[in-house]
Amino acid sequence: MPADLNAVMSRKAEIRRRLLLGEHILVRAILLFLGLGFLLAFILVPLAAVFMEAFGRGWTAYVAALSEPAAAASIRLTLLVAAISVPLNLVFGVIAAWAITKFEFRGKSFLITLIDLPFSVSPVIAGLVFVLMFGLQGWFGPWLSDNGIKIIFAVPGIVLATIFVTFPFVARELIPLMQEQGTEEEEAAIVLGANGWQTFFYVTLPNIKWGLLYGVLLCNARAMGEFGAVSVVSGHIRGQTNTMPLQTEILYNEYNIVAAFSVASLLALLALVTLVAKSVLEWRLKAAHSSHSGHAA
Amino acid sequence: MSLVVPARSSRRRSVIPGFGITLGLTITWLSLIVLIPLASLFIKSATLDFGQIVDVLLSPRTISAFRVSFGLSLAAASINVVFGVIVAWILVRYEFPFKRVADAIVDIPFALPTAVAGIALTALYAPNGWIGSFFAKFGIKIAYTPLGILVALVFIGLPFVVRTVQPVLEDMEKEMEEAATSLGATRWQVVTRVIFPTIFPALATGFALAFARAVGEYGSVIFIAGNIPLVSEIAPLLIIIKLSEYAYAQAMTIAAAMLVISFILLLIINILQRWSARYAR
Repeated sequence: MPADLNAVMSRKAEIRRRLLLGEHILVRAILLFLGLGFLLAFILVPLAAVFMEAFGRGWTAYVAALSEPAAAASIRLTLLVAAISVPLNLVFGVIAAWAITKFEFRGKSFLITLIDLPFSVSPVIAGLVFVLMFGLQGWFGPWLSDNGIKIIFAVPGIVLATIFVTFPFVARELIPLMQEQGTEEEEAAIVLGANGWQTFFYVTLPNIKWGLLYGVLLCNARAMGEFGAVSVVSGHIRGQTNTMPLQTEILYNEYNIVAAFSVASLLALLALVTLVAKSVLEWRLKAAHSSHSGHAA
Repeated sequence: MSLVVPARSSRRRSVIPGFGITLGLTITWLSLIVLIPLASLFIKSATLDFGQIVDVLLSPRTISAFRVSFGLSLAAASINVVFGVIVAWILVRYEFPFKRVADAIVDIPFALPTAVAGIALTALYAPNGWIGSFFAKFGIKIAYTPLGILVALVFIGLPFVVRTVQPVLEDMEKEMEEAATSLGATRWQVVTRVIFPTIFPALATGFALAFARAVGEYGSVIFIAGNIPLVSEIAPLLIIIKLSEYAYAQAMTIAAAMLVISFILLLIINILQRWSARYAR
């Protein structure tokens, strides 16, 4: 018996060893070279180029480009738009995830598809639909202009377009997470006499806080960086309706390369901070739920 | 990535409060922000004259824009499939220095605003840029040609393939490979007969997602494309050009056509995700 066991064990170890080796060393080297080379050439080099171009004329030129009034106005507008659209999508995302994951109803997967819809729509079309509704030729256009309300080529249009493109971020992060957690804890809280709000704040929220933060971060990154949709509704009025991505475009088209990359570098920095925070959160999420979940992005 | 909600066994009536109000708010907000605006596009398009629609869609400029958008998106998604699998594979199976950094880098195209990616790629691939000047020596022009559009679309599409394939590779049971190896299969046979069929549904999903994103992409493309009508003009840019010319009817027609194609793509992606979710289990 022990001899048999040993034989089995050594055979298993042999298979393990072959599997661990996997591909031929040469194949591994080629795959590593191709994969890492691709990441380096296609992703890391463009990212580095942003900062190289921004600091090409030194620190003073960089600071001067950012403190120029139109650039400063674009930074303020971007922060304002994110400050309005992200909280709205945060609240919506939590409400939608609650309805979808805590109850059973017909048409649920269709509803999820509809929430996901903005991801499949070209940003340009997202902007266009708001022009069709609120532009001068649009449905509400004449009424709005009679009452002196400006939506298109003004801040409200930019906010609307941003909410549209960032619509699914929080919900799609929360739905799989809350689905996995089930409803037992909430049911227990209700049975023990907690009301709905207490149940949400003391039971559900602690369970989903990292996933929620993660969704908000991604939502915020997209809200601040959105270009196509905002470009259609903004009207590109310098100092008034230019967000940072639009300001980048204008400066670039004026061959003001250093200034364009200076504004762009702030957006790239935002992307990097988002990614670092995302990595930290993913690590925390894994620590919080030792159960393995398959959805990464 | 997957948002497929597995069907639950029917349960008793929930004691949790808030069903009516949360579902009501969800549907109201969804309708106001997404559904009604999108519907307005179709309702407005329906008022157009049929002959006019056909004229717009069959004009050489529109046909060329659609060919550039869809053709290059197809090419970019195909390149992403090849390199996406390689990247996912080395991230899951191999150990190397800075592996966590390499893993985080994959998400940069998701997080980096498209306009930033657009000007950075243009600066690199322009004839006087770091990469562009190298290719210029061989007479290859990248920026301001359809090749430049391809570069931008490959950039933005990569994470979609990696992030759909990676979890499937992670979850894959090694026992299957072990069994195949112990039964005498060569490594190549294991890869083509065991691993590839397992990741294929995820790969198809990643391809479809990258393709759908590339078709609608605007920000990263317009800087590097050169935007020459009939050569390197993409469909989303044509919509913007028509809008700036106040040709609303033409802009709507092109947008509605793109949207219909996007919906069909979305349907295919959903079916693929269901299929891959079932396959993975």
